[in-house]
Amino acid sequence: MSDKKEFKDLLTQDAKSGKLGRRDFMRFAVAAGMTVPLASGLWTSDVAAATPQKGGKFRVGVHDGNTSDTFDPGTYLSVGMIQLAHAHRSYLTEITPENTLGPDMADSWSATPDAKTWTFELNKNATFHNGKKFTSKDAVASLNHHRGEGSTSAAAALLSTVVDVKAKGDHAIVIELNQGSADLPYFMTDYHLAICPAKADGSIEWDTMIGAGPYKIVDHKPGISTNLVRHDGWHRQGAYFDELELLVLNDPNARQTALITDDVDAITSVDLKTMALMARNKKLVVENVASGSAITLPMFCDVDPYSSVDVRLALKYAVNRDELVEKIMFGTATVGNDYHVSSGMPFAPTDIPQRPYDPDKAKFHLKKAGHSSLDVSLSAADSILGGAVDMCVLYAEHAKKAGININVVREANDGYWSDVWLKKPWCFVKWGARPTPDQMFSLAYKDDAPWNESHWQNKRFNELLLTAKAELDEKLRAEQYREMCQIASDDGGTVIPFFANFVYARNKRVAHGPNLAAAWELDGGRGYHRWWFA
Amino acid sequence: MGDIAGIVLKRLGLGLITLLVISIIIFGAVEFLPGDLAQAVLGQGATEENLAAFRKQLGLDRAAPIRYFEWLGNAVTGDFGNSLVSQKPVSEAIGERFGNTLFLALYAACIAVPIAIFLGVLVALYRNSVFDRVANVMTLTSISSPEFFLGYILILFISVKWEMFPAIAKIDDGMTLMEKLNRTFLPALTMVLVVVAHMMRMTRASIINLLASPYVEMARLKGVPAWKVIVKHTLPNAWAPVINVIAMNLAYLITGVVLVEVVFVYPGIGQMLVDSVSKRDFPVVQACCLIFAATFILLNLAADVGSILTNPRLRHPK
Repeated sequence: MSDKKEFKDLLTQDAKSGKLGRRDFMRFAVAAGMTVPLASGLWTSDVAAATPQKGGKFRVGVHDGNTSDTFDPGTYLSVGMIQLAHAHRSYLTEITPENTLGPDMADSWSATPDAKTWTFELNKNATFHNGKKFTSKDAVASLNHHRGEGSTSAAAALLSTVVDVKAKGDHAIVIELNQGSADLPYFMTDYHLAICPAKADGSIEWDTMIGAGPYKIVDHKPGISTNLVRHDGWHRQGAYFDELELLVLNDPNARQTALITDDVDAITSVDLKTMALMARNKKLVVENVASGSAITLPMFCDVDPYSSVDVRLALKYAVNRDELVEKIMFGTATVGNDYHVSSGMPFAPTDIPQRPYDPDKAKFHLKKAGHSSLDVSLSAADSILGGAVDMCVLYAEHAKKAGININVVREANDGYWSDVWLKKPWCFVKWGARPTPDQMFSLAYKDDAPWNESHWQNKRFNELLLTAKAELDEKLRAEQYREMCQIASDDGGTVIPFFANFVYARNKRVAHGPNLAAAWELDGGRGYHRWWFA
Repeated sequence: MGDIAGIVLKRLGLGLITLLVISIIIFGAVEFLPGDLAQAVLGQGATEENLAAFRKQLGLDRAAPIRYFEWLGNAVTGDFGNSLVSQKPVSEAIGERFGNTLFLALYAACIAVPIAIFLGVLVALYRNSVFDRVANVMTLTSISSPEFFLGYILILFISVKWEMFPAIAKIDDGMTLMEKLNRTFLPALTMVLVVVAHMMRMTRASIINLLASPYVEMARLKGVPAWKVIVKHTLPNAWAPVINVIAMNLAYLITGVVLVEVVFVYPGIGQMLVDSVSKRDFPVVQACCLIFAATFILLNLAADVGSILTNPRLRHPK
């Protein structure tokens, strides 16, 4: 019996992935002992619902759309533009629904053993919306837009190790780095690095909104709505919807109402307070996807009292993470362990024990540092995360039991990044997801990184960071990252209470595959070409 | 009548000076906000070099007074400059949205003003009755609730539960007038609820005020029915304060609807102002604020002219 069940699952799986047609499916199913009606029923209930079909207009209510949004990929910032970018532009590589790296505009890639020179083979069938063929010239121009003197791109730091990008024939590019980086193909999924058509002078043509993505823009009203139709020359499988409409719905209540009254088919960012109520609506599905977006509370390791590792440990033991996740995030977060690698990221370690809430241990470390009690200030603002100040207040309550007085300072919402972050010795920070541990560590934990938000200096950690960067052997690399995570957790200056989940919702009509990418909302911003109407 | 033309000209001149002062205040206020455009546009991810390059590209590295006078010089010749973020002309960016805002304000005013005056006359007629009390309590309740709350209540009942009108008021050029009116009914209704009380109570108060005057006593004594006393004898004299309140509320319908726009996702000018302030997009902020200021100035002027025209004593000063 169990054999039969397994066979049935296998069969359904094959059929879902398109390896089996209906006729073959029926033949195998009957041969395996199923009756014809049973097999036929299985096909309609299980397989057909999961088989993508073309058609329909997919209307999405997106948050964080502004009248000031622009199409310059170097200044992409809002969630609204990041979503739109994935609908109408393409990237060299993509994060697949299984959270691995997959091909997009590049078919394959390879590196020299020192991981300093990378070659990307480009797709030969890809075209832009105006019919122009995609060539290496476009790829080079698109990457160079973020480099060099006078570049206004926010991705300049990401590509700072790139020395040269050059074309190799019409369908390959070579990227040279000044230090080895095994992660470069992951970098290419960064939302800034969209492929745009090259102009004759080697710059890119971004203001015409022409991309090489699955859908082309018909009409765009900044801060209001964008209409798109399928790009028939798209080089990949998918793009099942005939049309897309991205509607800017900045108000959480308006988004949810629009979904309930069927004005849209899916929305980004569900208001956590009403999530449970929405989940009760039988027409809707709320997706709760673990993401790599961390909440960090970095302390300056060169400022007293945080310069003592025992004070840092005391503060790490003095937080009840489970309660924060439950009360502040309504269960839509994943508990952190004071290292900045989420479970959805590649190389995430699985065997580091979770640090518990332990006021006695916190007291012990406090005593070891020579304090009987501790008074510290923690800065936060609600513009960084709704509930940020509440979270800090709750943390302060936890810490009281360990004899630590946390004075929560509510900072101005405006200018938080310029006046508080990297300025105040202990503050609340929310990080967007980064695709790999190396990227995260290099950005915010490396000793000389401008954004080393905790001013943390650890020799072994930084040695490992450099070694792991260029290590092409995945197994060795995983072991190196595990050690780094352990060091960050035990010695680092950052409390990471939790990783926020992506919470978005869709109508039941809209179907998707078994997994959802964790890079951005709506399947890594790629639901537009991966999803369909069942 | 020559006097009125003189008053209008004088007031318009004063209005221009007011606008100039306002533009200086707005520029100063935007300058005083922490952070600048480059930081707002490039976000957390920007490095110092990025920011410097961005500022240079847009000329933001120059001194504030220079930038202000440059803007002023162009504005005087009718060129309000380009949005710093999108690089599109401000007039183009604002035009359509301002049209939408005017449409919604007009829609709401067409419903609100007649209702308010009609109710005002009725409650003056039946003053201190149960009807008077109920009308007062209802309108005062609606004016005391914040707009977004009223909006949510209307969405919950009229849109989600009874499915009568759409909750999302997105309109575009392809729609017929009827479709637009249907789509924007809920935001218009919200604004009606917010402004009716003020106008109604002013109508009521100024009518009741006049009811004690001797000429009303005279009208009553000669046997004129109560409703006629109010409509024919008191209302014409009560117009002046009512017109002023109507003008104030019309201005509010144009300038105070940001929350309504957000709740119903209506593409008006308020949302644009909020966006451009958060991005420190000075030319757009300036243009929006000046439009708002000009609205107030013009409507106030219209109110004054209106009250002069309805009052023979003011029309023919001694």
